[in-house]
Amino acid sequence: MNIFVFVKRIPDTESKIRINHETGTIVEEGLNFVLNPYDEYAVEEALRLREAAGGKVTILSVGAEESLVILKKCLAMGADEAFLLKDNTPETYDGLRMAKIIARALEKRFPDYSLLLFGKQSVGNDNAQVPSMVAELLGLPQVNVVTKLEIKGTKGTAHREIEGALEKASFSLPAVISAQKGLNEPRYETLKGIMMAKKREIPILSFDDLDLKEEEIVPLLEVAKMESPPPRQAGKVIEEEPEEAAKRMVEYLHNEAKII
Amino acid sequence: MILVFIEVREGKVKKSSLEALSEGKRRADDLNTEANAVLVGHNVESLASEALPYGASKVYVVENSLLSHYSAAGFSQALFSLVEEIKPEVILFSASSMGKDLAPRLAAKLGVSLASDCTRTVAKDGKLEVVRPIFAGKAFITLSFKASPIMATLRPNVFPLGEPGEKNGEVVRKEVVIPEDQIKAPALEILREEGAEIDVTEAEIVVSGGRGMKGPENFDLLRDLVSLLPHSALGASRSAVDAGWIDHQHQVGQTGKTVSPNLYIAFGISGAIQHLAGMSSSKFIVAVNKDSEASIFKVADFGVVGDLFQVIPYLKEELKKLASE
Repeated sequence: MNIFVFVKRIPDTESKIRINHETGTIVEEGLNFVLNPYDEYAVEEALRLREAAGGKVTILSVGAEESLVILKKCLAMGADEAFLLKDNTPETYDGLRMAKIIARALEKRFPDYSLLLFGKQSVGNDNAQVPSMVAELLGLPQVNVVTKLEIKGTKGTAHREIEGALEKASFSLPAVISAQKGLNEPRYETLKGIMMAKKREIPILSFDDLDLKEEEIVPLLEVAKMESPPPRQAGKVIEEEPEEAAKRMVEYLHNEAKII
Repeated sequence: MILVFIEVREGKVKKSSLEALSEGKRRADDLNTEANAVLVGHNVESLASEALPYGASKVYVVENSLLSHYSAAGFSQALFSLVEEIKPEVILFSASSMGKDLAPRLAAKLGVSLASDCTRTVAKDGKLEVVRPIFAGKAFITLSFKASPIMATLRPNVFPLGEPGEKNGEVVRKEVVIPEDQIKAPALEILREEGAEIDVTEAEIVVSGGRGMKGPENFDLLRDLVSLLPHSALGASRSAVDAGWIDHQHQVGQTGKTVSPNLYIAFGISGAIQHLAGMSSSKFIVAVNKDSEASIFKVADFGVVGDLFQVIPYLKEELKKLASE
């Protein structure tokens, strides 16, 4: 099975997000960047599928050269190959632009794919668009937000999380799958893996290598404004005996908040 | 025209898509145009009239026996045919599981971009703009659109349902031809646990537990509260989920779900920044925590410094008392 996993470098979830109001972008200075956690489940699933049925796991990231760090992590986890598709454009929040880049990369450079794995969304832009869009552009089946995946030969079934239940979908390869927390428990890199990954040269592709022109991927969304959320005022805090505390809490919910 | 996708799940119209229709109608009024709705599936025509009281001028029903099971590929093909014919300027979805799965596929088919999980829509200079959270609500962006149709998904539980009015609109049935090979990855089955709870993203009240719950068995205390509170669901912090005390479906926060219920009650949750991101747009927040310095108190409207194991039994009594009044 020829598996491709698409990964993104994101600020870790403990980050405080500051805004540069002049440029309308996030201040990157001082942020700790990591592999998008949902992508980690996708990488792990790819490695497990390869271990069970053989094949090859290739990792692709679209972004600035700093993304090489997360690609090295994926190699250290056990991926066979990794490529960086260099894109220095700041975040556009436009999923279609990213999907077009990925679809073109697959068509031009890696047409022989059997499974495309993504995280269900990248933490940060929180779009959850790219897997479905890539599936559409390439005419493939899609199952998103997957917590269980089984592949036998060229057929697969997946459990996809929906509100309070799971949907069970069946599909044929090649297909697009996006990973949700719960799909697996990602492994840690081994020391040997880290040492090996360190020595690996990761090929860097440009848009020219894909015959992709900037005008084909002009963002169709424009960020008119970026703001911090309105600050929440801290309310009343009481320190009473449990019985009194419970009484006052229910009174608050009933009389002031008028919720119950 | 603003077209709103009305989602049908297991024979029922999803409330969050009526919220999206209500919002679509408000913007349609601002923009001097009409709001229409569309249902897709097999044998869904009888449900179409449910969209009429929320201001739909026309409710399209796109029927095909191949659409009896949901698939993004099949449903987007059905919607694409309708969109090509009626040419809406705006297409809205609820950012439900189905909306999040389907809208991007349709957007890519139409060659337009999509704004996900919006929390506000604005009519500005005769065009629609949207506001949406990024980093699970640590920041917000206003997006304008450079292509047509404009497409957006709207977060459930954020947009008020319109006051149901006269049913002045009409139901319009559309047959579509869908090649069988266009049905890719159909959801053939829905697996639901016995006595499954409401999803945290859809609940009006979320009762949530963190590390302070001390173990999986104590989540039963919170389940008791959930059973006493109407339209409520059980939530959890990442540490409780990572400890294996509760399934990740319940996780609220930046790597879990972002919720905006009317009331969020946090028990034994310290308020890590990634958790606050996922719940601070709740209308009211109540917290119980032993540590008076816990960050959760900085966002809580009402906080109790105390031992949750002592407070909860009295809380149950008080809630029962109130219910019997």
